[in-house]
Amino acid sequence: MTQARPAIAVAGLRKRYGTGETAMDALKGVDLTVQPGEVIGLIGPSGSGKSTLLKCLGAVTEPSAGRIDLDGETVYENGWRNRDPRALRRDRIGFVFQAPYLIPFLDVTDNVALPLLLAGWSKREARQRARELLTALDVAQRAHVAITQLSGGEQQRVAIARALANQPPIILADEPTAPLDSERALAVVRILNRMAQQYRTAIIVVTHDEKIIPTFKRLYHIRDGRTYEDAGAGRELD
Amino acid sequence: MINLAGRDILHSWGKYAFTGLGLGLLIGVTLSMAGIYRGMVDDGKALLGNSGADLWVVQQDTLGPYAEPSSLRDDLYRSLLGLPGVQRAANVTYLTMQVRHADQDTRVMVVGMQPGQPGAPRYLIAGRQIERAHYEAVADIKTGFQLGERIRIRRQDYTVVGLTRRMVSASGDPMLFIPLRDAQEAQFLKDSDALHNERARLRANPALNRPGLPGLVESLARAQESSHTVNAVLVQTAPGWDAEAVAGDIRRWKHLQAYTQAQMEEVLIVKLIATSARQIGVFLVILAVVSAAIVSFIIYTMTLGKLREIAVLKLIGARNRTIAAMILQEALGLGLIGFVVGKSVATLWAPYFPKYVLLEPGDAVRGFAAVLLICALASTLAIRTALRVDPATAIGG
Repeated sequence: MTQARPAIAVAGLRKRYGTGETAMDALKGVDLTVQPGEVIGLIGPSGSGKSTLLKCLGAVTEPSAGRIDLDGETVYENGWRNRDPRALRRDRIGFVFQAPYLIPFLDVTDNVALPLLLAGWSKREARQRARELLTALDVAQRAHVAITQLSGGEQQRVAIARALANQPPIILADEPTAPLDSERALAVVRILNRMAQQYRTAIIVVTHDEKIIPTFKRLYHIRDGRTYEDAGAGRELD
Repeated sequence: MINLAGRDILHSWGKYAFTGLGLGLLIGVTLSMAGIYRGMVDDGKALLGNSGADLWVVQQDTLGPYAEPSSLRDDLYRSLLGLPGVQRAANVTYLTMQVRHADQDTRVMVVGMQPGQPGAPRYLIAGRQIERAHYEAVADIKTGFQLGERIRIRRQDYTVVGLTRRMVSASGDPMLFIPLRDAQEAQFLKDSDALHNERARLRANPALNRPGLPGLVESLARAQESSHTVNAVLVQTAPGWDAEAVAGDIRRWKHLQAYTQAQMEEVLIVKLIATSARQIGVFLVILAVVSAAIVSFIIYTMTLGKLREIAVLKLIGARNRTIAAMILQEALGLGLIGFVVGKSVATLWAPYFPKYVLLEPGDAVRGFAAVLLICALASTLAIRTALRVDPATAIGG
């Protein structure tokens, strides 16, 4: 059986901060692959390089060496292939944060539509797409309320909808369940899995959350700037 | 693309409204200051326009009668009437004083004039012109006097028989017109005690009170007690005559100073109110700097409160110019709110100023442009801060 083209493939990724004697290698050769529709966990102690890896994958920090392929296309190899990392983030990467970080002066629909509007979609089409995503995430009934009127769980679902808006091949989720209780945290993971399946999106979840770690089919540990795949992971989400 | 600035303003409209109100009051003060300056200029022009004169003839080497004291003999106008190009000439006196009205002192400029001649009020809004030789007055409406009211000026009571409007001195004091002879008396005559004192001095002066010269002391006393002095002679030139040419003849042949309307306007506006204009100018600059500092501080503070949102916007692909435009539009929106409030309050409180405040549409347009420019400049600090926000700060770690 031939495996699908990976949504993201990282090879020998390095990141060095500073120069000379004060130089510090945050990533020392990271290798990682995620298939479309797959949700993987990335865990590691503080200072292990999780955030640096996420920033490199999210095109907000430029790696020092290595290669990143996104949806079969090399986007980084000795420099960004796409000259504008901002456009790369806008069109091909979705983000979900520890806190939802929704824009407080936009309503729910426009928060979800915002990445599409920034990409040049018309308001009508962007809002139509936003409504579809909100329906898929069971928050369509809250489409026109201010985000301050949403519960924490609803806000996180809206944030996931925003991350999915541009149909990116990859979503980077930075501790998305940290502020939630067990039930809600597992609900968010369920949603991420469902969305990954539904939209064939690869999702990398950086987490410390013991409750959700067993739910990942594949789990990467990161330690001292290197990744190790956890062969024992793979318990199914109920 | 949706208007992010508009949404943010609507989202925190209370904060914007109160900030705009505060800024608006400051802009209102600024517009009022400009209006006060315009009012001073307009008062000067009104003074000249309402006098009905083409030339102001005053004492040699003075800027009289409004900017400096000037004293002329009151029969001088007759010789001026004999000059070619002079159609009418009339004496005037000007005396700024306090008069009592409704148990309050009112500052007025008492104008001694000859009814129907240059210097007399050119139009009335109520009552009639002065018809009697003595003790009648025409008052500017801003004095607060009513028709039929009696006013005490020095030792005499005057009845207000007419009311006029926009007859003010260069410093904005409303005018009170009275007959010339009465004004000369009010301005130059001494009180009874002073008269007794002068007579005693004359009698005690052996050079004047000499035997064999009966009546000399009495003649001198009478000369001292009657006033034949005025401040200026207002001249109307004959049709077809150049005012500057007639003024030149007066300067050359009569050894007097004569100003044309343009020259007198320069004396009033350039010289007389120059210090006030500079004062107001400095104040306007300070207000502009203070406004800029306030807008800058407010926009900067508001931007600091949105750094996380700005980082998220950048992370999901917002261009720098989208974020800069949002902050700029918010600053301009604040300026717009401030200007609307400022213009409204300046218009509302203008009538309550004791002096004339002239709010010219041109000043409002220039003020609006200045407000937008100041707001745009004030937003640069906030824009710089926003553009330096690293999108990576939205990601933990």
